[in-house]
Amino acid sequence: MTTEITSLPATRAAWTNGQWALGVVGVAVFLTILQYTGLLPGWLHRLPETVIPNFAGWLDAVFNFIKDDLGLLAFTRFLTEGLQWLLDASGNIFYGKRRWPFIGPIPWTALAAVAAIVGYYLGGWRLAILGGGTMVWTALIGQWDIAMQTISVLAIAAPLAFVIGLSMGIAAWKYAWVDKAIKPILSVLQTLPFFTYLLPAVIFFKVGPTAGAVATTIYAIPPMILMTTLGLQKVSPEVVEAGKMSGCTKFQMLRHVYLPSARTEILVGVNQVIMLSLAMVVLTAFIGMPGLGAKLLAMMGSFKLGRSFEIGVTIVLLAVMLDRMSKAWVVKQPEHFEKGTVLWQRHQMLLIGIIAFVVLTLISLVVPWFAEIGRGQDFSQGKELDNLIKALLNIEWVKATTGFLRAFLNVQVLIPFRNFLLSIPTPAFILLVAAFALALAGRKQAIYALIFFSLVALSGWWDRAVITLYSVISAVTLAALIGLPVGIFAARSEKWASRVLLICDTAQTFPSFVYLIPAIMLFGITDIAVIFSILIFAMVPLTRYTIEGLRTVPGEMTEAADMSGATRMQKLWNVQLPLALPTMAVGFNQAIMFAFFMVIIAAFIGTQDLGQELQRTLAGTDLGKNFVLGICVALMALTFDLTIMKWAADKKRALGLP
Amino acid sequence: MSVEAPVISCQNVWKIFGNDPAKFLKTMKPGMSFDDIRAEGYIAGVKDVSIDVHKGEMLVIMGLSGSGKSTLVRCFSRLHDITGGTITVEGQDIMSLPEKELIELRRSKMGMVFQSFGLLPHRTVLENVAFPLEMRGQDKHTRRARALEVVKLVGLEGREDYFPRELSGGQQQRVGIARSLAIEPDIWFLDEPFSALDPLIRKEMQDEFLRLQQMLNKTIVFITHDFDEALRLADRIAIMKDGAVEQCDTPDQIVLHPATEYVRKFTEDIDKARVVHAGVLAEAGATGEGDPVDAGATVHAMARMLVNDNRSMIPVQRDATVIGAMPRKAALDILLGAEA
Repeated sequence: MTTEITSLPATRAAWTNGQWALGVVGVAVFLTILQYTGLLPGWLHRLPETVIPNFAGWLDAVFNFIKDDLGLLAFTRFLTEGLQWLLDASGNIFYGKRRWPFIGPIPWTALAAVAAIVGYYLGGWRLAILGGGTMVWTALIGQWDIAMQTISVLAIAAPLAFVIGLSMGIAAWKYAWVDKAIKPILSVLQTLPFFTYLLPAVIFFKVGPTAGAVATTIYAIPPMILMTTLGLQKVSPEVVEAGKMSGCTKFQMLRHVYLPSARTEILVGVNQVIMLSLAMVVLTAFIGMPGLGAKLLAMMGSFKLGRSFEIGVTIVLLAVMLDRMSKAWVVKQPEHFEKGTVLWQRHQMLLIGIIAFVVLTLISLVVPWFAEIGRGQDFSQGKELDNLIKALLNIEWVKATTGFLRAFLNVQVLIPFRNFLLSIPTPAFILLVAAFALALAGRKQAIYALIFFSLVALSGWWDRAVITLYSVISAVTLAALIGLPVGIFAARSEKWASRVLLICDTAQTFPSFVYLIPAIMLFGITDIAVIFSILIFAMVPLTRYTIEGLRTVPGEMTEAADMSGATRMQKLWNVQLPLALPTMAVGFNQAIMFAFFMVIIAAFIGTQDLGQELQRTLAGTDLGKNFVLGICVALMALTFDLTIMKWAADKKRALGLP
Repeated sequence: MSVEAPVISCQNVWKIFGNDPAKFLKTMKPGMSFDDIRAEGYIAGVKDVSIDVHKGEMLVIMGLSGSGKSTLVRCFSRLHDITGGTITVEGQDIMSLPEKELIELRRSKMGMVFQSFGLLPHRTVLENVAFPLEMRGQDKHTRRARALEVVKLVGLEGREDYFPRELSGGQQQRVGIARSLAIEPDIWFLDEPFSALDPLIRKEMQDEFLRLQQMLNKTIVFITHDFDEALRLADRIAIMKDGAVEQCDTPDQIVLHPATEYVRKFTEDIDKARVVHAGVLAEAGATGEGDPVDAGATVHAMARMLVNDNRSMIPVQRDATVIGAMPRKAALDILLGAEA
């Protein structure tokens, strides 16, 4: 409490962080000028190959030691057997894989009915239509099998992630040392690009669904841990004391008091587990996992836009359905029944569900159309859509616009910017980043930035790292140019704010992969498509947090501004924006994190950055290189994360905001 | 009050919050004030408190927020472990109890009501009330029967299947009360049970509480920050400030003879005539004339008689025996304020 006051600089004569930062920038500019005038020695521009340590080789040695000498591989291969068995069973149930228990596949009509009834139970007619409609669409468009392949893995990976996350969350809440041990790991895991999850999964758990399921599970665990710990910590002390005074033992406390009271947070964790699992399961197509992702990858690869679009719609529908239903489950509170309600009325929904399921299954035994939509019976309009899209893009003004954007942005803005970034000498670049951290956050963050970026330089992938950074910076800048005005405009009225927030919410549930579809449609396979896909992905958090920041400015303050006779513009610039800035910074940070995530996926389109190299490693067994690349991305992302979040926290405290 | 051993007895109890409270207490200089301790980086939640609670008595602990009253009551039930001193409950030193016996003590002897109710949101009224019974492993049938009984006692019949969020604040606190009574505790802790309620509901709940206490006659420790509530309910009041007990006495004595300046400030605006009883004013051995008044009558209740009467000493009787006489002037002074 008392320490906050003493954080003022000790002596007036000492340089402030800002002045230091300016000095550092000066040095960097000086180095760059030297480079341009040709006076800079080559070893100061880029690290010579000879001094770059063989991180990849060392990591490989470590991995090999763990894998073979410590017998981890034997152990994980053993686990693979069990996992394979589970996946086979769910595969049988969902799409009729010839494995135990030999009962599948469930007829699509039965599953659609159950989805509709679950939807109705959780959220009334709207969710019923969403649930049933998604299933019907998937079946009629002829994607039932591949969708069920995806779902069958999801049905194993998500519960697994839930159980592991919940147990680890409880452990972290109970024992401080566990918490301390996993916190840093979690923050690295959350910035590690997903390609880095994939290769170890493949090496340790075989190519295909098992590796896909493992990567998906690991990817989805962190938020579950965080939400569990958060929920348990938030249980009101009085409820805890009431439990103790009721004579609960430790286990009874956990089972009957803590976990039920943390229900909301735990269910929010479940929602995130499901959404992350879905996003990841689609991406595991890169390691040969069959399903929606694989199909989408193949269709995009052969530029069949119509089919890609249809698969994209299926993925989006599934995502929205799962998100809405699990969110409805979060807010669904138990309701009491009047006395004397009979059993079948209390469990009405369950009963209707079972009856519908049984009846439709029986019908499907007689009428094959109820069980499966055969080849050629579906309503897919892939070809027609293809032609339509091509026709649309061929309309003169559309073509002119995209062509102009492509040419102008590429030639006039993006490529010069990229070349400029690449021309900065490595040490100068590192100093610039450190200065940025120093000015915004403080010395500690600046030192982190220095260390992290030096490591990236030492990794030997500097140029590709700079290109990655270039994509991120240009896309986020463009996203800010569009997203911020949209947010500011929407925040002006209740109606528009809630509309735009709804769009943002929905867009955020889309698995990142589908953002590539419109990018490729509009701009083909070019650099602009990469930037564009990152841009729309990163715009979502920017807009969202701008609206939230502006909407949460206390009413009294805007009223005070109104009464002081401020115009709308004055109010915006002098009251609302300054107060919303910390929240907006959080959005900005998230946009950068999203961008780092997307830029790696966009490697699929064809880039020259770290993502491209990462993707290449997936084909081989280069674990060391894979990790070096992944950690490079994580280090860059972490630098921004630490700096911006610190700045936002400082600013919030200075403004006295909660 | 009886001569039996007290139900709860605490001797020189300290509860200190901070990094290493046990060590701090050992090395602490005697006579440090609350602020001195805070300057050292520690908070004295309970500061050298010695107090007894007798069987069937209602002790009200009164103090402003942060005065340590809630901490003290949590020490009684060992929701907090104390730093120094001893607390015995029915002769057992509770700090030396192993966890199993502590749980047993809470399961069989203690009940507690909380300010914000502390109800489990996922359980119905009936399930909440039956919770302590379930924890001690009673079978479904008996615990349901007992829970229904208590729910009826607190007047929530017909709401058994409601969930806490479907009830009003007053109703929720009734559930809290029912839950604390389900195991038929001997000792009943109430931590500001009515503070979160509207004034009108609060009055209603106080009446309800008095009715229950008349039926059940439990040993009660009741916490409040509301002096009127304390006066209304208490057999004895302990007034706390900065973790220490400033004065612990009957309401009459506190109003008549405040021990410290702090207590006097509290009593300043109180209508003393409604608090002080004839029994307290009676001087033993003195005799008066005429009809006696009842020892339990407040000065306020006797007001008209006091003004119209002209006796100087009025006899006071308790249970039909005269215990002494009360100077009429003393009673009038309380009613009208002392003559300047």
